[in-house]
Amino acid sequence: MKHTIYILVENHAGVLSKITGLFSRRAFNIESLAVGVTTDVNVSRITVVADGDEYVAEQIKKQLNKLIPVLEVKILKENSYISRELALIKVKSNTGNRIEIMKIAELMDAKVIDVSVNTITLQIADTVDNLETLTNLLKPYGIKEMVRTGTVAIEKGSNFAK
Amino acid sequence: MISGAEIMVKCLEQENVEILFGYPGAAICPFYDALMDSPIKHILVRQEQNSVHAASGYARSVSKPGVCVATSGPGATNLITGIATAYMDSIPIIAITGQVRSDLIGRDVFQEADITGACEPFVKHSYLVKNTEDLPRVFKEAFYIATTGRPGPVLIDVPVDIQTNKIDKFVYPKKADIPGYKPSVQGHIKQIEKSVALIQSASRPVICAGGGVLTSGSKLKLVEFATKTGIPVVSTMMGIGVMPTENPLYLGMLGSHGKGVANRAIHEADVIMLCGARVGDRAVASPDQLSAHSKIIHIDIDPAEIGKNVEVTVPIVGDMKNVINKINDTIGDYHVPHMWADTTERWKKELFRTAPRFEGCVEPRSFIAKLSEMLPNKSILVADVGQNQIWCANNFRIKEGRFLTTGGMGTMGYSVPAAVGAKFARPDREVVVVCGDGSFQMGMNELGTIAQNHLNVKIIIMRNDRLGMVRELQKNLYHQRYTATFLDEEAPDFMKIAEAYNIDSAYATSNEEAEKYAKQMIESDKSFVLVCRVSPDTPSI
Ligand SMILES: Cc1ncc(C[n+]2csc(CCOP(=O)(O)OP(=O)(O)O)c2C)c(N)n1
Repeated sequence: MKHTIYILVENHAGVLSKITGLFSRRAFNIESLAVGVTTDVNVSRITVVADGDEYVAEQIKKQLNKLIPVLEVKILKENSYISRELALIKVKSNTGNRIEIMKIAELMDAKVIDVSVNTITLQIADTVDNLETLTNLLKPYGIKEMVRTGTVAIEKGSNFAK
Repeated sequence: MISGAEIMVKCLEQENVEILFGYPGAAICPFYDALMDSPIKHILVRQEQNSVHAASGYARSVSKPGVCVATSGPGATNLITGIATAYMDSIPIIAITGQVRSDLIGRDVFQEADITGACEPFVKHSYLVKNTEDLPRVFKEAFYIATTGRPGPVLIDVPVDIQTNKIDKFVYPKKADIPGYKPSVQGHIKQIEKSVALIQSASRPVICAGGGVLTSGSKLKLVEFATKTGIPVVSTMMGIGVMPTENPLYLGMLGSHGKGVANRAIHEADVIMLCGARVGDRAVASPDQLSAHSKIIHIDIDPAEIGKNVEVTVPIVGDMKNVINKINDTIGDYHVPHMWADTTERWKKELFRTAPRFEGCVEPRSFIAKLSEMLPNKSILVADVGQNQIWCANNFRIKEGRFLTTGGMGTMGYSVPAAVGAKFARPDREVVVVCGDGSFQMGMNELGTIAQNHLNVKIIIMRNDRLGMVRELQKNLYHQRYTATFLDEEAPDFMKIAEAYNIDSAYATSNEEAEKYAKQMIESDKSFVLVCRVSPDTPSI
């Protein structure tokens, strides 16, 4: 089972390696990890998607809480949050199929951010499911390169991190 | 103006540190220089790993953090096993290391090692100090973190230029303010009420006490609780000493190397109260079995331990002392059914085994039992790792003293340096080491420290010319294919080694001799090495 977890940490050098070190040391599987600063410059927010059962999730939370620079850990409950991921996808293309690919982009709410004689690069910021749909649609043309940011998530409604 | 090194010393003084165990080198020289002007005592060990073990023995004997010091590079990496040992055993340690100049970090200069990186998995926290101004805050936080919550080692790595740089003045913070570190100590009252109700409903309750009981200083309170309710007590290896061995309620250590009666009781219990014990695999091999037939109350200061190894009915996060006090206040006049008390008493007799003797050898288990009668009540026994540890754990009859050993990490070579630390902490008490001939050879360089400081440490070496415990494993599980467990029968002559350090010694080949020499040893106010010839076929339990 996948768990989406956010971690608020003190924004010091070395903190990220403490977090990733803990995940590997305790054999917790990370699917994706995204990190960035919050409205408070001293605090960073890490979003982790990890795989494991309830026991593993509980252990991840408790072990993370033991790290001194960790300020808050929350395992987001299913359906209680919105998550998005950004991907940049470079596809093989020529004058013959360029319009077709642009149609797919439009359909999937992706943006064309670069074009060359034999490639077209799209940007999509959406759910992981929609990212996958788009890549499936683009595969027949030949995906040359793809970068993804990893999932970020925020709670629905008026709940917010301290 | 005041230098970083002077600040470091002042911080230690502010924390009431009286003694450091260490080993110098270029990158920590400014600190050592500043230390000369301080009343803090420095004890030169013979290898850095031993500085941590000594600090651990010290810390456990006086309930204060132990402090150790090493230089950068090889000095720092030599600390690692010691730090990892303290981490697994939850001992409060401050480890200070010198580091290369901060502008050279990352360039692989002479004696550079990323020690904060290397120790990451086994420290409670670590600091690589970047500014001299940060030193007071870092030290304040380090001591606070090491000694509160679940204790553990904290590493402070200080580049040599941070030690030599000068700042205007020294101000030590009054308290540490660490937003991400707020250990909860009180214990949730609702949970405590639930646990009391569960105990009151129990017909076969057992208390399982771990090292946390000793760390939190709640041993007397626990004994009070057990006495009032009649609930029998088993302990983990780290929990040995929570109550006197002779107390009728005490059933002994549990686990694969523990007492039959302790294991039987915990497996037949309907309610188990885990007190500052983490149910490690050596204590309970398959914890699922426990939770299948009994309800479990788990009291621990570290929330991450609760539910980690065993499924728990009532979790209580808090300091053992607070929690047991509240349980004591609310338990009322509950007493265990007499059936249960009688049963455990009967098992004790049924499962008692006498140890077979071997010709020309000391029988270590009965000797250790005898030794505990001969020693003063408050003696500190330090056991190493191997069969010798198990012999001590099961046969040393503790009264008001302490039993020190590494239960979590099982690091050979712990006993001699830990005894050095314990003796500095408690010069008034008899400190006795029991070790194997293998483990002694891992820590015996500390005879130098013992001799140089005229310490009175008694060392008993169980000589079987084997790495006994591993050999036993090979005997029982590897079809007696003995390999790499044979130590030389001839060398070294441990008495000659003792003599080289000007330490008295004796050699015993029977229990009568061992007891005779033990008496001499205890009567002497100097160090003593007693070598006991032990059969390689003596089992651990
Ligand atoms: C540093 C270290 N290395 C290896 C081991 C594995 N080990 C556990 S017990 C043991 C044998 C100990 O032999 P000895 O000290 O002679 O004690 P005995 O078992 O004979 O009493 C060994 C090698 C260990 N625990 N620690």
